[in-house]
Amino acid sequence: MNASAACTPLRFLLNGRPVSIESSSIQTTLLDFLRDRGLTGAKEGCAEGECGACTVVLVAGDGSGSAYRAVNSCLLFLPMAAGHEIYTVESLAAQGKLTEAQQAMAAAGGSQCGYCTPGFVMSLFAEQYRPGRLGPCDPEALGGNLCRCTGYRPIRDAALALGAAPEGPWRDRLAKPAPPLESVEYESEGARFTRPTTVAECLGILAADPQARLIAGGTDLAVESNLHGRRWGRLVSLEAIAELREFRETEDSVRIGAAVTLNEIAARWNAPPESFRQWLPLFASPPLRNRATLGGNLMTASPIGDGAPLLMALDAVAHWAGARGRRTAPLAEFFTGYRRTALEAGELFTAIEIPRPGPAFSRFYKVAKRRVDDISTVAAGMAMDWDSAGRIARARFAFGGVAAVPLRATAAEEAVLGERWNESTVRRAQAALARTLEPISDHRGSAEYRLAVAQSLLEKFWWERREEAAA
Amino acid sequence: MNVAGKSVPHESARGHVTGEALYTDDLVTRFPGILHAWPVLAPHTHAMVTRLDAAPALEEPGVFTVLTAADVPGEGDCGPNRRDEPLFPKEVMFHQQAVAWVLGETLEAARLGAARVRVDYEPLPALLTIEEAIAAESYHVGPVHLARGDASAIESSALRFEGELAIGGQEHFYLETMASIAWLDESGGVAIESSTQHPTEVQEIVARVLGVARHQVMVECLRMGGAFGGKEVQSNAYAAVAALGAWKTRRPVRVRLTRALDMALTGKRHPFLARYSAGFAADGRIEGVRIALYSDGGWNLDLSEPVLWRALFHADNAYYLPAAELTGYVCRTHKTSQTAFRGFGGPQGMLTIEEILDQAARRLGLPPELVRERNFYRGGDTTHYGQIVKDAGRIETIWQQLKQSSGFDQRRAEIQRFNTGHAHHKRGLAITPVKFGISFTATFFNQGAALVLIYRDGSVQVSHGGTEMGQGLHTKMQQIAAESLGLALEAVRIMPTRTDKVPNTSATAASASADLNGAAVLDACTQLKERLAPVAASLLECAVHEVRFGGELVCCDHGSVPFRQVCEAAYRQRVALFAQGYYRTPEIYFDQQTGRGQPFYYFAYGAAVSEVEVDGFTGGYRLLRTDILQDAGDSVSPVVDRGQIEGGFIQGVGWLTLEELVWDAQGRLATSGASTYKLPSWSEVPDVFQVSFLEGATERGGIFGSKAVGEPPLMLAISVREALRDAVAAFGAGGVVTFASPATPERVFFAVRRAVAEREALASPAGGAARR
Repeated sequence: MNASAACTPLRFLLNGRPVSIESSSIQTTLLDFLRDRGLTGAKEGCAEGECGACTVVLVAGDGSGSAYRAVNSCLLFLPMAAGHEIYTVESLAAQGKLTEAQQAMAAAGGSQCGYCTPGFVMSLFAEQYRPGRLGPCDPEALGGNLCRCTGYRPIRDAALALGAAPEGPWRDRLAKPAPPLESVEYESEGARFTRPTTVAECLGILAADPQARLIAGGTDLAVESNLHGRRWGRLVSLEAIAELREFRETEDSVRIGAAVTLNEIAARWNAPPESFRQWLPLFASPPLRNRATLGGNLMTASPIGDGAPLLMALDAVAHWAGARGRRTAPLAEFFTGYRRTALEAGELFTAIEIPRPGPAFSRFYKVAKRRVDDISTVAAGMAMDWDSAGRIARARFAFGGVAAVPLRATAAEEAVLGERWNESTVRRAQAALARTLEPISDHRGSAEYRLAVAQSLLEKFWWERREEAAA
Repeated sequence: MNVAGKSVPHESARGHVTGEALYTDDLVTRFPGILHAWPVLAPHTHAMVTRLDAAPALEEPGVFTVLTAADVPGEGDCGPNRRDEPLFPKEVMFHQQAVAWVLGETLEAARLGAARVRVDYEPLPALLTIEEAIAAESYHVGPVHLARGDASAIESSALRFEGELAIGGQEHFYLETMASIAWLDESGGVAIESSTQHPTEVQEIVARVLGVARHQVMVECLRMGGAFGGKEVQSNAYAAVAALGAWKTRRPVRVRLTRALDMALTGKRHPFLARYSAGFAADGRIEGVRIALYSDGGWNLDLSEPVLWRALFHADNAYYLPAAELTGYVCRTHKTSQTAFRGFGGPQGMLTIEEILDQAARRLGLPPELVRERNFYRGGDTTHYGQIVKDAGRIETIWQQLKQSSGFDQRRAEIQRFNTGHAHHKRGLAITPVKFGISFTATFFNQGAALVLIYRDGSVQVSHGGTEMGQGLHTKMQQIAAESLGLALEAVRIMPTRTDKVPNTSATAASASADLNGAAVLDACTQLKERLAPVAASLLECAVHEVRFGGELVCCDHGSVPFRQVCEAAYRQRVALFAQGYYRTPEIYFDQQTGRGQPFYYFAYGAAVSEVEVDGFTGGYRLLRTDILQDAGDSVSPVVDRGQIEGGFIQGVGWLTLEELVWDAQGRLATSGASTYKLPSWSEVPDVFQVSFLEGATERGGIFGSKAVGEPPLMLAISVREALRDAVAAFGAGGVVTFASPATPERVFFAVRRAVAEREALASPAGGAARR
């Protein structure tokens, strides 16, 4: 352990007041901390970021000012809050006067049992104050909040009834920048939480402490903690490493730092391919996207992650750093086995780079029981380019949920190369797919369905290309 | 009416949006020294506990004690009906059943301690499916019978068919999981805060476990973060653990299940298997049905028996069955004990008859809506259990009004055009009715009680026997009391439900709580007005019969005095300013032996039209539009009732489409958390969602002419399943379409494949010849 670094208390702003913490364990969630302090408005509904009953807002940078970002407090370990400015539902009503989001929810009949309501209110509050928003609030912003009572209609009406954010202290706050994130060194109950600010510093920690566990948005790791009781002796946060927070768009590529959140990517990428636009709303939920990072998603190496299939189809390249210096590999070669990547111990995933220009035609498909915020039964990223004679010059068929790793179905790609994209080449690609994929049966779907629907998605890709060409 | 019948927000809306509304587990920080409980979970689906050694757990720092059967001073069984629910089982009956509970200074300590309790098991073979239970004749209940006429009529019908429908269960997924806090009160009794629909039964079970009289136990329910039937009996065990822990340790004890524990330990909506044969005339009229319903009751009886009966009572839905032979069984399997869930068996019975009707329609080449309509109950008809279908004409009225307002016929034509023009996407449209019987089928539960206290300043406290779980019961009680006493809503405060205010209550269930408790509140208010009227008459110098209550005043033709002034005067005249109210539902009875009676006070009616679009490439679909017309009588609280209709409908959509409970081959629940078990979110709400109330629908005998609305709308979601079937049929050539419930994208995908294969077979020369 890097025992030399001096440990300091955790400090953050909670509902406008400074808080200092010295003795909570590093894996105490912000939610548990709030509730222990009697701030019981935030509720635990699932402890895995699915229900949104624990939603609070963080102040995050947005251009020269800042924005309120709804996050799941069950997925924030307390040390991750260090340096942040956090507001809970208890802070909204001033001198007994409800904020507009609260008024709208109450007036519309948006609460029945009320248990999910504080979470909805916080998501709606953040949406009403979203910088640059015009017109009514977008109900999609509430996509990370579950309600079992109302059927959502009145909540949708509450969102649609809210216009521009009213003048006042809540709006004034956003004219100022968010608090800068600084390094953290915190220790409690023998476990340590470190937030370095440079790649070199982070690599140094990893070299000195091989057991250290990296944490980016925490949307996966906190679930392991909350649901499976996993405990770590050392957590290293990537949130304040400037290089990992970079987003760079050039002529030749888009380079996305490993710790850039999904919503930040969406906000910063000026002209993403169509498949990206399809992908984003299907990927997790708004509060999760406010914290989850692409680096984290890829490094879990989950066979059902939504990041890999799209990025593979876009020929993305992974970048990482370590004792052997800076390394890269095409994402298609990145996943080496079930939940394993090409990274060696002590290495740090730094960025994903997507070459430009993108493909002539690309699509992202996600098959799941629920249309949004579900885990894929099968996910597919597909992309295609044609030569001047209309023959397929490049085909990318990448899948999740059909094998132990996210994979590119190269046999199917090769089967169509140099051909025209028509029903007969679709059949050929489908036959190749049957030989490549090794789906399993589980609670999300049968192996039979996974294979059949993966094949069917090839046909859908052909159909949509045909429809677009016709249009 | 000044207050009742008006659209008012939920009584706790302000508390909800500010986070100030408190739920059981929000109280934890008010109990210094509270102990936290964590269960020791059996890793087997069926096994004998051969040894349980708690000593290693006590070595875990922060563990205070371990609760086992040896700690029970009374009777260690929580079964509400049979004694079949041991609190500390010797025989493990489902995967992850709790065999002991560890109490720790922190939840973490209790959890780590639980992992250290040493338990030896002798695994036993398990029954995991209804089919396995049938083969083993493993039943809690059955066969039970309900019949009318001669079902052998089927044999001579123009159309005869038989089939099987597997109906999935449903996790309640109330946002607030099970929670209880127990402590010893200041006078040596036990007090319990419990998230329960049935405080009286919690009191009964706790008293049983502790071996004390019920007057030693006080149970309070502040409110619940959703329940939906899941907290009707299943809260008992967790309250009992908390109470036992407090009894043993003399410290407050908190039991709160995490979501994962709640899903693993608590019962769900019953999965059903329906086997049927049916006979129809060529014009689509039902001539006879034979239906056997097998419910998966799980490991103990729980409420499975009345759930089964309600399924049998509702196997007619809105249709006259001239000959019906219904048989029911509750299967005993090694799963969680399935329990009450909004609809309480009714949905499974109704789904079965709707399946039969749609199949008949497609086999006869008739529109399903026409076949449904031809079989409606008409005025004077009786059900298959001999009850006259009161207001049967409303079924047809609602049907025609809704078809009109939803543009049904015109949209049929539009959808046909859409489907012709789209090879890979098809739309489907369906209209389905609901008739749902209101009352507890166990007659003695149909009673309500209330306590109304008026203070000298004219402010009022109302306690009643019902609990608030989000359904708006307290809002309605507040409106009824305020209306009756002529006060503003704010003058009436609804108190948390407590067993020391109103004793011997029924569960808040069966959609009947507003009827039962509302009538009791009204009774108490009426008594109080009768006592206040003479006081007011003397103040106003008028006759007693001239006195009216309204606008915070007590008035007569020539003047008025403030209500508070009358209260103060009444106090000084030594008139009691509090009253108990009571109500029991008249005219209901049922004889299980003969299968005849009048189990329901009335029926709630409704219908829904739903339109879907199916993506043939994936089996995925979207709900485009739903129109609902519901008979809620003269609604006491339109915002509340609309909320029940919309919320019930979407919950039903979840049950029938995406909410799939999967147990693996070892009997472990594979869909055991929010990431694997998906309930409806925004994406399931139809783009167009129109809800109306049937007008002129005064319910004679209902409180202020209103009607129950908690459960019936759930079954309106059957329209979505039928619309999906309609869309799948459009991929095919007009043949029968079947898929098990829920209609997951996978099931829809393969149903589309079968339909396409059928069409292609017919289109090929050989297929065409075969058909000819």
